[in-house]
Parts: sequence; C-alpha cells; structure tokens
Amino acid sequence: MREITYRQALNEALDEEMARDEKVFLMGEDIAIYGGAYGVTIGLLNKYGEERVKDTPISEAAIVGTGLGSALLGYRPVVEIMYIDFIGLCMDQLNNQVAKIRYMFGGKCTVPLTIRTEGGAGRTLGAHHSQSLEAWLMHIPGIKVVMPSTPADAKGLLKSSIRDDNPVVFIEHKMLYNTKGQVPENEYLIPIGNADVKKTGTDITILTYSRMTLFSLKAAEILEKEGINVEVVDLRTLLPLDKTTIKNSVMKTNRAVIVEEDTRTAGAGAEIGMTVMEECFDYLDAPIKRIAGADVPMPKAPNLESLAIPSVESIVEGIREVMK
Amino acid sequence: MYKPSKQEAAKLLRQMMEIRQFEDKIMELLSKNIAEGGSHLYAGMEAVAVGVISSLNPDDFISSTHRGHGHAIAKDGDLNALMAEILGKKTGVCKGKGGSLHLADLNKGNLGANGIVAGGLGIATGAGIALKMQKSSKIVVCFFGDGALNNGITHECMNMASLWKLPVLYLCENNLYAMSVSINRACSVKDFKKRAEAYDMPAEIADGMDVLAVKEAAIRWIDYVRKGNGPCLLVCNTYRYYGHSRSDPRVYRTKEEEKFYKDRDPILNFAQKCVKEGWLTEKEIKDIEASVTEAIEKATDFAIKSPLPDPEELYTDLYV
Ligand SMILES: Cc1ncc(C[n+]2csc(CCOP(=O)(O)OP(=O)(O)O)c2C)c(N)n1
Ligand SMILES: [Mg+2]
Repeated sequence: MREITYRQALNEALDEEMARDEKVFLMGEDIAIYGGAYGVTIGLLNKYGEERVKDTPISEAAIVGTGLGSALLGYRPVVEIMYIDFIGLCMDQLNNQVAKIRYMFGGKCTVPLTIRTEGGAGRTLGAHHSQSLEAWLMHIPGIKVVMPSTPADAKGLLKSSIRDDNPVVFIEHKMLYNTKGQVPENEYLIPIGNADVKKTGTDITILTYSRMTLFSLKAAEILEKEGINVEVVDLRTLLPLDKTTIKNSVMKTNRAVIVEEDTRTAGAGAEIGMTVMEECFDYLDAPIKRIAGADVPMPKAPNLESLAIPSVESIVEGIREVMK
Repeated sequence: MYKPSKQEAAKLLRQMMEIRQFEDKIMELLSKNIAEGGSHLYAGMEAVAVGVISSLNPDDFISSTHRGHGHAIAKDGDLNALMAEILGKKTGVCKGKGGSLHLADLNKGNLGANGIVAGGLGIATGAGIALKMQKSSKIVVCFFGDGALNNGITHECMNMASLWKLPVLYLCENNLYAMSVSINRACSVKDFKKRAEAYDMPAEIADGMDVLAVKEAAIRWIDYVRKGNGPCLLVCNTYRYYGHSRSDPRVYRTKEEEKFYKDRDPILNFAQKCVKEGWLTEKEIKDIEASVTEAIEKATDFAIKSPLPDPEELYTDLYV
C-alpha cells in the first residue's frame, strides 16, 4: 500500500473508470483546464480530451439536467457541482427529474449519473461556501448519497458510484482533500450502503460520517485515556443507511451518539437516531445524543465558524455526559 | 468624452486608488495568512465600479457580486468597516458574520455582495419592483460578471424587468473569464448586446478600462432608466489583474494578454489624462495617492486590532 491524498484518490478513481469505460465522461465548472476548484480533475483533460472532460458555463441546472439526458441514452456522466451550496440551483433537476424518472416511467430506464460535489466548513468562506446539505438529499427517494471520510473510501466508493445504475450524489469535504491515507495499489471497489467500523470499542458507539469521522476518532483517543472505550462507525453512505452495522454496534455498546456537521434540526442525525430507535431501542442504556452543527447559516468569523460545528472537545464532552 | 470638474477628477482618481490599494493589501494579508478564506479581488476593474457608481445618486441602489470590494468602496463604503468585515471582525460592516463574499451596507444603498454567481439578479430586480410600486425616482444598478449571463435566473429576471419596465440597469462586468473559462468557451452569443435584444431591452458596450468612457455611458443609461423607460444592459469590457483566487495559477490566459490590459491600466491612464487635460497636477496626484495609502494602512490596522465577534453572536440576527 501507499499513502496518497483524498484528492489523488478521487482523481485515480475518475481516471480508472474513464479508462475502463468510454461511456464515462465528466462535466462541470472549471473541471477541465483548471482541474477543478479543489484540483480533483487535474490531468484528465490532457489524458481524455475535451469531448470527455467538459468545462461548462455557470449553469448548474443544465449541468445536472443534461447529465440526466445523456445518462438516459447510455452514458455514465460524472458531473461536478463546485460547492454543495450551489445544489439549490439544480435541485429541481435532481429532485423532480433525476430521482423520479425511473420510477415514474415504470422502471423502463436507468440513470447511471454521478453528481460529485463538496461541502463543509473550515475555510471561513462564509454562508454560501460552507454548508452541509446532506439531509436535503437524504430526503429524496431515488438517489443514493455517499460521503467518504478517507482516501481509500473515497476511491472505492467513487468507482462504485460511477458503476452504479442509479443516480448517486457523492459529497466530498473541502477539509479532507489534503488528508492522506493508505490506498491499495490494486483495483478495488467499496460497495455503496456499507458502513465501516473505523475503531472498535465496547462502551459507546459514535455514528458519524465525512470529516466528523476524523474528529470522532480523535475524541475516541482522548476518551480512551479516561477508560471510555468508543466504537466509531463511519456510515460512509447516508442513503441507504447501513442498518445492520448500526444495529450490531449499538447492540454491543448499548449507547449511541451521532456526530454530524450539518445543522441539527431535521439534520442527518435525526434520521440516523430514529433508525437506532427502530432497530435497537431495547438495547439502549441511555438516550441517544446528537452532537451537531448550530442551527444558523455559517458565519464568516473564524471563532464563530468553529463554534458552529462540532469540535473534538464538544464530542469528548458529549460522550462524557452520555457515559455518566 | 465626459469632462469632469477638477474636484470630480480628484474624487474618481481617489476612489480608484482606494480600491486598488485595498485589494493589494488584501492580497498581502492573504499571503501572510492574516486574512483567511477567499477573496475575489477587483484590481484592474476599478473604472467600472467608480465610473458607474459615481454617476448615481447616493440614495440609488446597487447589487454586487462575489467580486464586491470595489462596488462597496465606490458606494461610499467605510474602509475600516469593510476591511474588518473581510477579516471577520466584530467591527466589520456585517459584524464579521458575512465576510468578503457578503459585504453589504443597506444604509448606503448597497444590497450586498453575493457568494452565488447571479445571486444578485433576483435582489436587484425585486428592488426594481419595489421602487416602481413606490413610484420612486431611484434606480438599481445590478452588477454581475460575464459568467452570470449563463445562469438561469439572469434570463428570468431580465425578461421580467423588461416586461414590467422596471428601473434596473443591468451592468455586466465582462472581464473575459468566469474563473478559468473564457467567454469564448462559455457563451454561445459573443456579442452580449444580443442578449438584451432578446428581451427587447437597449444595450451598449463601454470600455471598462476607461473611467470617463464608463461614466459617459453610465450617465446616459442611468438617465434612461430613471425616466421610466425600463431596464437596459450596459456591458463594460474590463480585466481582472489577479487570479480568480489566491491559488489560481492563471494557466487559461497568456502573459501577453495580461500585459495588454495592464498597459491600459485604468488608474495610470486616468492620472496621465488628468495631468494632460490640466485637471490635476502631478503633485496633487501624488498627494492623493499618499493620502489613500494612509487611509488603507489605517483601515488595515483598525481591522487587525479589532476583536473577533463575541461567541453569543453565533445565534443572533437569525430571526427578528
Ligand atoms: C451558482 C454559482 N456557481 C459557481 C460558483 C463558483 N464561482 C464563483 S465566481 C465564479 C466565476 C464567476 O465569473 P463571472 O461571473 O464572470 O465574474 P468574475 O469572477 O469574472 O468577476 C464561479 C464559477 C458560484 N459562486 N456560484
Ligand atoms: Mg468574468
């Protein structure tokens, strides 16, 4: 194995899938010459040419809408929405067209469309460039929602997303692009819908995803020294949720804490928590707790931005409370 | 050609210098990691904001863009409060909660910068609806980039504004690129006047590197809109000097092209013209420049020394 960044891992996934299947092509703003706002598509224009790596106008609705149209005719488009904050501009296409078309047409078509986007706070970019909007997407039957936390997961899951015959929204995190991790040399896939236990533990389960997995692992390290043995479950896919892994973990630890970066009210954690209730209420020794983003637009000021999302400290604090 | 009075010439020059030095300072603060996050800098485009906004009445409105520092300064923005906002400080014009992408000052008629490309179109057009209902003689200037021409809401708003004869001047800052994508690779119609034709709205293209040319056109079209004739489109051809953001290596454009525009620098050229026409002396220009430098240093100092917002501010201002 070798260590590469999350960014490189994503780039490899795109590269391998484009080499493997000529129906795969890319569209998005500044993805070709520039290589993507966060550099994920660097080098692909030179390798695959303008036909398969298309810079688009600033037309989010058309990016997703035309992605769908080409998918219906047998292509496997991977389109990029530069920031998830811009997903509102294409939400009609996503919700009314992409997600529903197969069902409405009685199963007579497939939509092998991948929408790559990126979200999260951490760069003090303010309210229009820092959001975590996964819960909006989890509410749409007909799409899948993937949010990897490590380079290896990012690569394996992006490859699976591209090969999936269903529409997948693949959400990266802006603060993860430079993080490094072990990634296998050989080709591999990670199935959509499978959570991953990133750290085993016996006392309490953290259910989390994306960047908060890294925060949770740090919190677990600190708590270990206090004799609290935390299990960290990285959900990796939010739609569909991996109920089996959630259940197995909570049945073992009897306590569940959800750590999510999105705003708390009607956030991803609400669904995850209710899943725990439905799947393993009888095994719970304490109420489920959510450690979530504040219910506010993301403020610019660096101190307020940090306060608006969970921190390692707030996770540690929250777990101590549940363990009392 | 528009001929400014001596006083006016000094003011135009001063404002353009303020914007340039402000942006150069932000770049410096970004490279020293004193400013965090992103900032889209207006350097090179000063003649547009200054030429247009100096032709408005103080109580007219503008809507701005993600590249909004120049508009905010030209709309009588307070340098200290703007600089502090960009650093996310309590003393910022939006209490440090907005940042560079959300500079706004409603008291001064600035309806705000915007993190969303074309995000100002709805706001400006809606302000036009309000002004029309009020039978006001005020107007709105809606600034947007060439990139925003290709987003759906631009089409929707221009159609509505023309249909309802709203008092909106659509001001397209054509700096040839939207991030890395040149207009030739993004726009099916290269002559932007034709866009306006599609809405039965008059249009003109002005040299956005020449503040007097901008002013000349702006005065004419502001008057047209103010008289209740409905909206119009004024395209100012200009250029941004810096990359789209700090990390942009600018591979999509050539050094020759950059030089071509820098040779037509709006500030240097206007300063030269001021001397040639006898509006200002070399000495007066030097004095203006020095006093701008002082103001920018003061603003920087003010911003850096200002405290961050109080933690309680996280939850304020969400609802009334
Ligand atoms: C809806 C939306 N899409 C994409 C972006 C990312 N983005 C920010 S600025 C920009 C380019 C805008 O170009 P233009 O409108 O020409 O303005 P300029 O930056 O050239 O002043 C892009 C793509 C955004 N902020 N909003
Ligand atoms: Mg532009």
